[in-house]
Amino acid sequence: MLTTDRVAGGGLTLFALVVLWESRKYPLGSLHNPGPGYMPVLLASLLLLFGLLVLATGGRSEPFSTLRWDEGRHAAAILGTCAFAAVALERLGYRLTVLLALAVLIGIVERRRPLVAVAVSAGVAFGSFYLFNTLLRVLLPLGPFGW
Amino acid sequence: MVETFQNLYLGFTVALSPPILFYAFVGCVVGTLVGVLPGVGPLAGISLLLPATFGLDATRAIVMLAGIYYGAMYGGSTTSILMRIPGEAASVMTCIDGYAMARKGRAGAALAIAAVGSYIAGTVSVVGLMFLAPPLAAFALKFGPPEYFALLLLGLLVLAYMSGGSMLKSLAMSALGLLLGMIGIDQMTGYFRFAYGLGELGDGIGVVPVAVGLFGLAEILATAGQATHPIVVKPRLRELLPSRQEWRESAMPIGRGTVLGFLIGIVPGSAHIISSFVSYAIERRLSRHPEEFGHGAVAGVAGPESANNSATSGAFVPMLALGVPSGPIPAVMLAAMMVHGVSPGPMLITQQPQLFWGFIASMYVGNVVLLILNLPLVGLFVNLLRIPYPVLYPIIIVFCVLGVYAVNGSVVDVWIMVAMGLLGYVLRKVGFETAPIVLGVVLAPLIEMSLRQSLAMSDGQYSIFASRPIAATLLGVGLVLLILSLRPLVSRTADWRARLALAAKGEES
Repeated sequence: MLTTDRVAGGGLTLFALVVLWESRKYPLGSLHNPGPGYMPVLLASLLLLFGLLVLATGGRSEPFSTLRWDEGRHAAAILGTCAFAAVALERLGYRLTVLLALAVLIGIVERRRPLVAVAVSAGVAFGSFYLFNTLLRVLLPLGPFGW
Repeated sequence: MVETFQNLYLGFTVALSPPILFYAFVGCVVGTLVGVLPGVGPLAGISLLLPATFGLDATRAIVMLAGIYYGAMYGGSTTSILMRIPGEAASVMTCIDGYAMARKGRAGAALAIAAVGSYIAGTVSVVGLMFLAPPLAAFALKFGPPEYFALLLLGLLVLAYMSGGSMLKSLAMSALGLLLGMIGIDQMTGYFRFAYGLGELGDGIGVVPVAVGLFGLAEILATAGQATHPIVVKPRLRELLPSRQEWRESAMPIGRGTVLGFLIGIVPGSAHIISSFVSYAIERRLSRHPEEFGHGAVAGVAGPESANNSATSGAFVPMLALGVPSGPIPAVMLAAMMVHGVSPGPMLITQQPQLFWGFIASMYVGNVVLLILNLPLVGLFVNLLRIPYPVLYPIIIVFCVLGVYAVNGSVVDVWIMVAMGLLGYVLRKVGFETAPIVLGVVLAPLIEMSLRQSLAMSDGQYSIFASRPIAATLLGVGLVLLILSLRPLVSRTADWRARLALAAKGEES
């Protein structure tokens, strides 16, 4: 039966195999004089071992199909917004990026009234920029129009 | 002894200077706000606010970050008692009896007992830190690379052993964290590992995006879609004074929680979380009326709250004296200190006494500030919880992005945070602890360096770890833990970690 531990164990095993494959690029050295590839290979081997053990002993955990993903759509929307922020931050600048990201999350994802979404977004975007960039002198990116 | 008090006097001259006092106050207020907010615990809070300290000198920055840390621990109790939502994981146990007291109209008394217990525990445990850290640091001067390698390895093993649930899973998470810590330039040969052409990864993956992703963003991903809107119990100021009976019932649990929390805090692991669980279990066992637990027992608030605050100071002992973080929060504090050019470890106390003793004294001051702040301003903090969560969590996300970006001015860090958020969300779903990943990321370069330096010292002979008494002892203890942890695989009976995980699951549901 497909259980949560078996899925997790499988994922860890797969990741360890990928790291082992990628580590072939680095000189391994020897047991007595380890090279740059030695530690990654050692750790990936350990992860492989633990992953296989989790896989092997995972039969008693909950069935994977019983996991509830009710918040999945919300989570995807939030991750998408964070990814947008990563792409836009240095292109549009901090204030515009935050304004758009908050407007989407509050106005579209959470379906709050447009006025609330715009007011909160603008307040946080400009307020946090003033607090961190102007008062605390934390450098934040500026957009194409200088803001 | 006399020297300790002279040093403490020096510390107070630093801590009571107006600028330091101001930053301790700001740290405490911000930390309490962070602790009150669901989804932003002390770990994510310290990480997010690290950039705000960049313009400060090391002493002010560290005093402020420490204030945020124990302020968040205090603040976590407020939401537990008034909303039955733990502001951070260590407050889970306070939810049970704290909220039950609130429903009986004793919310004010529960908050007062939590605040006074936290104050006593925080203050007493700083005394322990003050007396224990200097001799431990003097002892650590005997450490060479083999001892450090053994100590770091033991730290990871103890963290895996002390984390609730399966040690196998915790070890897998430690290995995953260590692997992530391998990204970047190999310090001994200059090889660029797993960077795939991204120059920003040269210094490796930062602990801040990892911690904010795994703890801040993952928590929001898991909770943002929930439809439940908890009710906030608002206490009246005149109800804040506990009755004589309530004071009597809380005295011994506060004392026991203080000692227990400090001892657990020194040991690597998610100390403040474990200490509150263990304290609750002990109080229930020692109580003459165990049936009251779960229905508003005063000891069920006093014990765990004192224990988790005491553990906060205990966790600073190995970090300050040895330079070895005992859990994810001290790991982030360590990284924060390094950003400010301070290297915690045996030399810190002798080379920068003003900073070390100023920090210790600021913890006494911080505890007083928190006691004064928490009770009268509880209404103000509660108002923050009245902001609807669908409006609050997007704002928290903005601070996550801002905090992560500002550390290095790099969007690569924001991408790492997004990836770690997704990883943390999935790992929570399948029941894996994520704390060992954070510690692994921090310790990986140190472990690798100390292993290779040890082998260089011994001409490649691994016997160096067995021939040096301290290293051999530390590795021996690690081996015993490993053997102990294998027992459940063979005997099929649930050991204490499995029972703890089951209890936590039961109490949370």
